[in-house]
Amino acid sequence: MSDQFVFAMEVTLNGLMAGVLYALVALGFVLIYKASGIFNFAQGVMALFAAMTLVGIMNGQVPFSHLINATFGTDLHDFGWHLPALLAILLTVGVMVLLAWGVQRFVFSHLVGQEPIILFMATIGLAYFLEGLADLMWGSEIKTLNVCLFGESGCLPQGINETIDAVTYEWFGYGFFIDNLDITATIVAAVLVAALIAFSQYTKQGRALRAVADDHQAALSVGISLNFIWILVWSLAGFVALVAGIMWGAKSGVQFSLSLIALKALPVLMLGGFTSIPGAIVGGLIIGVGEKLFEFAIGAPFLGGATENWFAYVLALVFLVFRPQGLFGEKIIERV
Amino acid sequence: MLDTSEGYTTADGRKIGGVVMEMKNITLRFGGVKAITDISFDIREGEIRAIIGPNGAGKSSMLNVMSGFYVPQEGEVWFHGKPRPPLKPYEVARQGIARTFQNIALFEGMSVLDNVMTGRLTQMKTGLLAQSIWKGRAEKEETENREIAEKVIDFLEIQAIRKTPVSRLPYGLKKRVELARALAAEPKLLLLDEPMAGMNVEEKEDMSRFILDVNDEFGTTIALIEHDMGVVMDLSDRVVVMDYGKKIGDGTPDEVRNNQEVIDAYLGVEHD
Repeated sequence: MSDQFVFAMEVTLNGLMAGVLYALVALGFVLIYKASGIFNFAQGVMALFAAMTLVGIMNGQVPFSHLINATFGTDLHDFGWHLPALLAILLTVGVMVLLAWGVQRFVFSHLVGQEPIILFMATIGLAYFLEGLADLMWGSEIKTLNVCLFGESGCLPQGINETIDAVTYEWFGYGFFIDNLDITATIVAAVLVAALIAFSQYTKQGRALRAVADDHQAALSVGISLNFIWILVWSLAGFVALVAGIMWGAKSGVQFSLSLIALKALPVLMLGGFTSIPGAIVGGLIIGVGEKLFEFAIGAPFLGGATENWFAYVLALVFLVFRPQGLFGEKIIERV
Repeated sequence: MLDTSEGYTTADGRKIGGVVMEMKNITLRFGGVKAITDISFDIREGEIRAIIGPNGAGKSSMLNVMSGFYVPQEGEVWFHGKPRPPLKPYEVARQGIARTFQNIALFEGMSVLDNVMTGRLTQMKTGLLAQSIWKGRAEKEETENREIAEKVIDFLEIQAIRKTPVSRLPYGLKKRVELARALAAEPKLLLLDEPMAGMNVEEKEDMSRFILDVNDEFGTTIALIEHDMGVVMDLSDRVVVMDYGKKIGDGTPDEVRNNQEVIDAYLGVEHD
């Protein structure tokens, strides 16, 4: 087997795993868009907010400490304890559910029946509000996130996977570099998607969720509270954001640029379709593999590299021209 | 006129009971337009009550008031002997009032069975967590509700298409699936918005038979809207006639048929 081919295999594997992280962010978009028709620009910031809240709670940071200290002349920074990750994750989920309720209660319940563009504008406002809130609550410095589920053990693994390295070395005479964190993220994402699908197919609330996604009026007539369902999907999207935030945060630190991953989710959605959960996954994987392979085969040798920054958007443009509804999206046919 | 204050017996010998729903002086406006003006009537347990009238008479608006989709500016809706506060449509549904829509509102992406199962949602009480963990009570509840859904599917003779996505069904069958979903809720009051609109003669006969069977078999109280006089007269026990948002007639089909105002509304009247 030629060296080139072996390299390409390694690049593809790494691309798939990067794609999983894109897919995780895109998944949050799809959930909300399907159920309410709202394109949630704040999904990326929700991932940032969730990750910062998790780190803050784990480190026992006092929320709003700058504000409190400035107002009362105190010198508070942290409570002086470290919470176990599992407990901190549960508390963060609680915060995200509270956030979902607040978003529905104070923003979208006042905008029922408005044009999609107005709902979209509201989510832009929400994105800036959340970013400011995260800054105010937890401060703006870059934080490291290391989640250990059971005290000192069960940590998110980092660094090269030795087994894959050894096995591939034996087969090809060249050891693949695959990050343990990426492997973990892939497994977590697979479990998350399976759980979401099981939830929507086999539970009463899942059925109600699908009903609302399909027809609001009919959903009301069978006794489904739209308000409850919308709080539920915002909570689910918040949970997905937390998972994405943990994975990205563990990879590159919890910092404000995290909210920009939302921009990478846009081409993923254009590829996969805005209304399809499998679409978000496949779209994420295609973008992940596509940008890595393109960089490897064309970008680095011929274009001077750094094509990963724009490849996804160009691919999305091509899709917009030839298949605007995406791979799995619903074709919209309007009667004239 | 038929005295209905204590219930009555129909021509075919069915006993009609007390008042289930009573509309008291309902007035509904959209901006400056009056859709309904000061209308009162009642619906009694076990009867098939029709609301008829020419296009634009306000029939659908009336049904929307009954099902909570519209809140009237004046008047009260009484349900089971109590005035009903202004409720959201889903709260009305949870009180046991199921409805269908004139333009069919089904969950197109779901199978027939799933659609009918959504009708059971109001009857399922297990909470979010128990449902997610999916054990014991939730499983038992799902099975029980599934049985009722299957019974309704059998009753309306749509077994053959239980697994078919609704979007692939022809119009007439969709109407029947919508009826099945409403019926699955085991409603105390079933509201049908033009159940026979857009159907051919054969489908209309089928639908009439199902409506009669539902009423007969389950004793379901039914209120329906139609503008096809012929169908309504054969089907219903009592008829309210609306025109331009006002009530112009109320009584048995025979009484209504011989009411001069009704005849004028339907056939037109010469103005001098």
